[in-house]
Amino acid sequence: MTIASANQTVLRRLTGAEPILIDCGPARTVMGLTGRTVLHAGPPLGWEKACETMKAAILCAIRYEGWAADDAEALDLLVKGAVEIAPCHAAGAAGPMTGMVTPSMPVFLVEERRSGGRAFATVNEGLGKVLRFGANDPSVIERLRWIEGEAGPLLGAAIRASGGIDLRALMAQALRMGDEMHQRNIAASSLLARLLMPHLSRAGKDQDALVRVAEFMAGNDQFFLNLAMAAAKAAADPCLEIAGSTMVATMARNGTDFGIRVAGLGERWFTAPVNTPEGLYFPGFTAADANPDMGDSAIVETVGLGAFAMAASPAVVRFVGAGGLRDAVRVTEEMAEITLGEHPHFRIPTLDERGTPVGIDIRKVVETGITPLINTGIAGRAPGTGQIGAGVVRAPLACFEQALAAAAAGRVAT
Amino acid sequence: MIGDLFARELRVINCGLEGFAQELTLLGVTVIHVEWSPPAGGDPRKAALLAALEDEEA
Repeated sequence: MTIASANQTVLRRLTGAEPILIDCGPARTVMGLTGRTVLHAGPPLGWEKACETMKAAILCAIRYEGWAADDAEALDLLVKGAVEIAPCHAAGAAGPMTGMVTPSMPVFLVEERRSGGRAFATVNEGLGKVLRFGANDPSVIERLRWIEGEAGPLLGAAIRASGGIDLRALMAQALRMGDEMHQRNIAASSLLARLLMPHLSRAGKDQDALVRVAEFMAGNDQFFLNLAMAAAKAAADPCLEIAGSTMVATMARNGTDFGIRVAGLGERWFTAPVNTPEGLYFPGFTAADANPDMGDSAIVETVGLGAFAMAASPAVVRFVGAGGLRDAVRVTEEMAEITLGEHPHFRIPTLDERGTPVGIDIRKVVETGITPLINTGIAGRAPGTGQIGAGVVRAPLACFEQALAAAAAGRVAT
Repeated sequence: MIGDLFARELRVINCGLEGFAQELTLLGVTVIHVEWSPPAGGDPRKAALLAALEDEEA
């Protein structure tokens, strides 16, 4: 198969994916996450190389599971190898920011109808002091336990009763309503709530519990983000089986390294040090407080959303400090320079219904020197701070150069 | 030949450095600027890798 035909095959597979939300349940049962395992965002990461924010989240996740009473005990378990850390992507999941997933956490199950592949993501905790941004105080664990005991089971019952929710259709609609599905998920979260509410109200026997879940969903504009990520992963993972393709199938960051995987090069990661996002900060914080880039959420840019769909989301441009509508259009047009085509389902009204640029080609990135732009939340670099702002960040060119060299070496070998 | 060129109105396509296009525009010359830079910033090693991965003719 030629590179061109491999890329067309893989692009059709990526954009033709049909991700359906079918369940929500404990990671232990839904994704088979057993033992004392903590999943993290990004490419594989040794404990010693982890940034302080990631370390704080991992230790807090161990306390949440009840494996340790305090951080010192949790650290001891890690050092002894009694707790394992592994990338979300290796277990079929995608986790925002620190990306913490442990066996007791409820996860959404998204099934890609064409391939039968499955992807998972936790329930978004909300804003402020939350585990995904490295916050680690008792309020973080209390919220996680409420999600585990009350929100997760109710959401699972409602989703099962719905018979499955077509996420591609929902995301295409949300894009037309001003979301780019990374830093703006207001429309998508609202559409999901509209679909789930009848089933939630029938599934819940406890009126007070229903009110708490409804308030939780209504109070979190980013509720849908994790689902967008699971949908994107469900679409992208089957692309890793297409030999010869130079299309990027994964982009992810762990606060230390940025990693990509390429369709034609399988599960192999190509990594380089992450950049630090630039953007706007909440009152009291500055760029000096920002943690380097982290999170699996760049999977949404990988499928043509996020910064790639910036022109569809004028509201997010201001939020991430990237200018106005003209700047948004410029970003989307720039990303079209490094992609293989336009998404047939994700269309942008402000660009006369053109599809979002999709299918990052490592050759185009190296040839032009244009690296993917990613919309992102910004975590504080001091452990326990939580979110301090939102902005944009570039993928490092070195990942794409390494992948290009590997692809060329493979070409010569065959 | 070159005499013929300058004997009539100049219409220029400028590739690469935009400064040339701007200077000609200031002089009243009709210019179309084409953004262009050498592949991979002119790095011969990367250019060779790109050449090895060019789309084949059908």
